Amino acid sequence: MAKKSVWSDNRFWRRSATWVTGFASILLIWLTFDTSAQIAMGNDKDLKEGITKRVPGPTVINYKITYEMSNKRGHEVPIIGGNDGKGNSLFQQKEKFFGRDDYSEKEAKALLHLGKLGSQAKNCMDCHTLLGNGAYYAPDLTKAWLDPAWGPNGAMQALTGKNTKEEAMAEFLQHPDQYPTHARMMPDLGITAKEAKGLVAFLKHMSSIDTNGFPRNFGKIKGAVHGK
Amino acid sequence: MASNYLTGVGGESKQLATWYFTFAAILFGAQLLFGLVAATQYVMPGFLYGVLDFSIARILHINALVVWMVFAMFGSVYWLLPDETGIETVGIKIGKLLFWIFAAAIVVVVLVFLFIQVGKADATTIWFITEGREYIEAPRWADWGIVVVALGFVGNLFLTGMKGKQTGIVTVLMADMIAFAGLYLAGMFFTDNISVDQYWWWWVIHLWVEATWEVFVGAIAAYGLIKMIGAHRQVVEMWLWIEVAMLFGSGILGLGHHYFWIGTPEYWWEIGALFSALEPLPLVAMFVHVLYDWGKTQGSEEEKGNTRSVINNKPAFTWFVLNAFGNFLGAGIWGFFHTLPQVNLYTHGTQFTSAHGHLAFFGAYATILIGMFYIAIQGKNGIKVMKNTRASIWATSMITGGMMGMTVALTIAGYVQVIVSRAQMGATWSGYFDGQSGMWFTQAMDWRLIMGLVIFTGFIILAKDLLTTGKNPVHER
Repeated sequence: MAKKSVWSDNRFWRRSATWVTGFASILLIWLTFDTSAQIAMGNDKDLKEGITKRVPGPTVINYKITYEMSNKRGHEVPIIGGNDGKGNSLFQQKEKFFGRDDYSEKEAKALLHLGKLGSQAKNCMDCHTLLGNGAYYAPDLTKAWLDPAWGPNGAMQALTGKNTKEEAMAEFLQHPDQYPTHARMMPDLGITAKEAKGLVAFLKHMSSIDTNGFPRNFGKIKGAVHGK
Repeated sequence: MASNYLTGVGGESKQLATWYFTFAAILFGAQLLFGLVAATQYVMPGFLYGVLDFSIARILHINALVVWMVFAMFGSVYWLLPDETGIETVGIKIGKLLFWIFAAAIVVVVLVFLFIQVGKADATTIWFITEGREYIEAPRWADWGIVVVALGFVGNLFLTGMKGKQTGIVTVLMADMIAFAGLYLAGMFFTDNISVDQYWWWWVIHLWVEATWEVFVGAIAAYGLIKMIGAHRQVVEMWLWIEVAMLFGSGILGLGHHYFWIGTPEYWWEIGALFSALEPLPLVAMFVHVLYDWGKTQGSEEEKGNTRSVINNKPAFTWFVLNAFGNFLGAGIWGFFHTLPQVNLYTHGTQFTSAHGHLAFFGAYATILIGMFYIAIQGKNGIKVMKNTRASIWATSMITGGMMGMTVALTIAGYVQVIVSRAQMGATWSGYFDGQSGMWFTQAMDWRLIMGLVIFTGFIILAKDLLTTGKNPVHER
């Protein structure tokens, strides 16, 4: 009788399954430690000292944020407080947010906390995508803060009768049903003025997260690939 | 009940299984109904606006999906445990009590979703109304309830597995279900950091549907093959271990394909691309396995001069074969389409994902769980050979055909979004709506709704068949 092959031995495959699973799990846990350190939220000191973080501290709302090509990385990256010309943040140029650019770490943290809570309490993710995750019934919000529609040349400031991006956004969030932009309208979710401010801070902060170039070409082009 | 055959060893466990299956089937119907509402809103945005907005319809659609599947999975385990271990499930009384707690909690959560919908931006909302995190919106109190019920379920499984005969299938289920239950904890905390939030959120979502649930399907398929066509246990269990190795070997680190764009480092591009590209392989293996065993068993019968089919439950086996194919097609092919970062940069967060999601959840899970419904009906009614009825054939064809049609429609919608909104228009607000207003996108959404109606009609016929086929004299008893 032929000797039984290891390839048809259940014990061999059971052990293989255990080893493979164990190895993959350990590798995932190890990578999780590394990633967790890299995506931990930065703080005000980092911003003041010009240290680039994948997820900047809440006081990033005091700065001007843009989304520009980094030749080194081959895709767009968030630029905080001005570009050094090579696609790195200078952390110098400030930008007023609801009339101020001097939010303390505590104030900014509280705003971001309120906004993140609000984003969950109002089920934002079940119509919109955040960082590309969620539902596809409404636009992605990852870089919504940088969307030209809310800028000085966009339609939304005029539509809401506000002079700044953040005020236009906050007004829209409080009364979305009064400013229809499409047949598909955002419903009134009972968002208060305070909650709206938090939500806008949350959006501004999210736009400063380094998402490895997602979404590509955001807000750069009108109607043609690589066109201006 | 006169026709109740659940009196032998494990009768109580099997009875509990039928409760789980019944509640699962009701939730399945609810899932489809709210899906229809959401699909209608894509076509007629004013439909139920301000009453049952898209976000709420969708929450109910996807949460009913997850919960009916979890219920049917629990039911499947309670059903097969006595068959595998040879004993009544240990602690079955507690298991039964937990069922009622679980079901009651689900009803409360659904009512809150339906009628309260949103809350203030504070912790009370997170605890009592919604957590607002896709798929796991259930408020925190319900999370803890789910943990308690899951612990009870895992307790039943472990105690029974250790006391009775611990087959390979039971061993795999024990390891798999504890991971399945444990992973839920990763979704039970709040953080201001959206990147950290999404990182752990995927531990629940991905490591459920692309790892632990898939292994569960492997175990159920193994049980079904032994039960329905008399496949050889040793061969089936060897395949099962190979599948576990391949599924976990690719699926655990395949998690990386969700970490391309959420703030996480670039190395996930390579890790996610490599391992998720391997994810379809075990699905091919599972497909081959089911067809191979079927052919082998039938062939050896025919050698003995026996021409009759080896399948003792036609409707269930039909769904199991559809599972083997649907899993490969929906999770494997449609998943692979957009899993490489070079493609995913444009497809991430579009209807393309939705196309994949629909076919994968259906192909990989809905199919085999419906198959388990039929296995339970066969057992409960003491049927030796269960045949297809006109209703079961119509239901299977309409649900499967509708699902394929919907997937094609969503894929086309996804293409429009990828090309117009993303590549051409740079993903802005106006780019998004340009894509959404395009003729091909709106046509695709019309077709999606039509296909949804086909599926729903198929479901009504399925429900009718599930309720009546047990008494149908056509089956051999």
